[in-house]
Amino acid sequence: MTDPLVLCIALPLVGAMLVTALPRWSVRLGIVSALATAGAAVALTAAVWQQGTLHLILGGWDAQLAIALRADGLATALVLMANLVGLGISVYATGYFHDRLRVRSFWPLWLLLWAALNGLFLAGDLFNLYVMLELLGIAAAALGALTGNRDAVAANLRYLLVGLLGSISYLLGVALLYTAHGTLDLGLLAQRIAAAPELFAVNAAAMALMVAGLALKAALFPLHFWLPPAHANAPAPVSAALSALVVKAAFYLILRLWLDLFWPITGMAAAMLPALLGAVAVLWGSWRALRAERLKLLAAYSTVAQIGYLFLFLPLLTATPPGPARDDLLAALLLMAVTHGFAKAGFFLAAGLVQTNAGHDRIDDLGGTAQRLPATTFAIALSGSALIGLPPSGSFIGKWLLMQGAIATGQWWWVIVVTTGSLLASAYVFRVLSRAFGLEPTPLKFITDARAEVPALTLALISVAVLGLASGPLWTLLGLSAAGSGTGGGV
Amino acid sequence: MLTAQFLYGGAGLVLFALGLWSFLVHEPLLRKIIALNITGAGVFHVLIAIAYRGDVAPPDPVPHALVLTGIVVAVSATALALMLGARLQDAEEEDRRR
Repeated sequence: MTDPLVLCIALPLVGAMLVTALPRWSVRLGIVSALATAGAAVALTAAVWQQGTLHLILGGWDAQLAIALRADGLATALVLMANLVGLGISVYATGYFHDRLRVRSFWPLWLLLWAALNGLFLAGDLFNLYVMLELLGIAAAALGALTGNRDAVAANLRYLLVGLLGSISYLLGVALLYTAHGTLDLGLLAQRIAAAPELFAVNAAAMALMVAGLALKAALFPLHFWLPPAHANAPAPVSAALSALVVKAAFYLILRLWLDLFWPITGMAAAMLPALLGAVAVLWGSWRALRAERLKLLAAYSTVAQIGYLFLFLPLLTATPPGPARDDLLAALLLMAVTHGFAKAGFFLAAGLVQTNAGHDRIDDLGGTAQRLPATTFAIALSGSALIGLPPSGSFIGKWLLMQGAIATGQWWWVIVVTTGSLLASAYVFRVLSRAFGLEPTPLKFITDARAEVPALTLALISVAVLGLASGPLWTLLGLSAAGSGTGGGV
Repeated sequence: MLTAQFLYGGAGLVLFALGLWSFLVHEPLLRKIIALNITGAGVFHVLIAIAYRGDVAPPDPVPHALVLTGIVVAVSATALALMLGARLQDAEEEDRRR
């Protein structure tokens, strides 16, 4: 039971139980659980780095019945990102919540959410994915409504219902796949789908149900309607978790299903639809972010746009034959997802500080923020540059490879989408910064509240400096996964 | 017995479609929650029909496990949705009184 694969899921679960049982100690127990979980994630990364893809079947049961866990390069990179971001959010949350009731409600839900995230990234069969998906959805909606004000409750009630519809649709897809192939294990299912082209109709119907349900949770345009109010009205640490991690988990699942399971039955036409919607998401989301009046709403619309970029990779991956070019595309996709995770978490945490400090987050009235909160403004600028895709951020390399792949496969029109999206992104980021640098006296000190500012700054810094200048290991991590797993034509 | 299996599974699909339609069309929260539960019940019907393996063999436990988990999830999610709905209603009544 000391396998890091198990610990990544078990530690936050145990933590959630402890903070529920001992609410008086919730902050201390919560931060210890957060540290332990992040440690397990680092250990997992080290193990995958050395040994390649890890498999684990729990409890000594038959593979068909037991809980199967699996960590390959793709999953591990996302787990590491999610857990580092999670640690940052936890540290920030210790200073953010003051009301005792909020503190006691936040920690159990947040640790449950964390366990569900890790479980989702590491699950090896469709059943556990379903359980984790539901746990994630319920914990996320409850956390989002934590402020208890009317807008937050209304937005997160809608989020809960939409999420439930998404998972029911996913479950029907799982039922169809089980009828056709008699297994829920991802590896076995991949082989059986590839070996049974005559079951195309069932496979395609299952894929449509599952991907549509997950696209609803990943907020792919035009199914994004629930996201901006839900994310903008949640408490800052929760907004950061929802935007940076929860939405990405749904996208990860789509990618996993697409590349691992349904690769044999997806053609160019199937990949074009989500990519076209993604392109509209990039343009529409960025435009709405530019027009947003509030800082957190801006960040939420920017998430809609950033998720859109990830879907643009699908037709490029379809058109590129296996080889170094396709590996580059996959690594670029991962790099963009991970960079956005760090950048958006940093942005939301910083936006939360601005809101607490100024008492509002209306962008037009942010004058002087740079002088009052220099470190926070710097964090917004850094994560903003990662959202735009300026060098040396990780998304610069991601977008560069995306455009390269688009030209190499003759799909030049995506380049227009990416450049327009980046232009709009620079407009909305600089709009915030131009207001923040209003004319006021020089700053008294750079850091005003270390516990809250350091996590935001660190996450933003990782998205720009670490991921941009040292993204090489990501390729190695993915390379290990390609060598280690023999299943399917996918990752 | 195969026809019974098809009838049961087919009824499940019809329930799924009806619930989905009701969820999308009707505005009141309670109707949406009931519609979601019907959609879920439709999927459970399909899963129970799949589990049938003839009169001699015992039913397949895997779909049954899926249904059990699904029921637990549906109950807790319904409770949370009702709770949030009640909170919303309180807030609205307070606004009206002001």
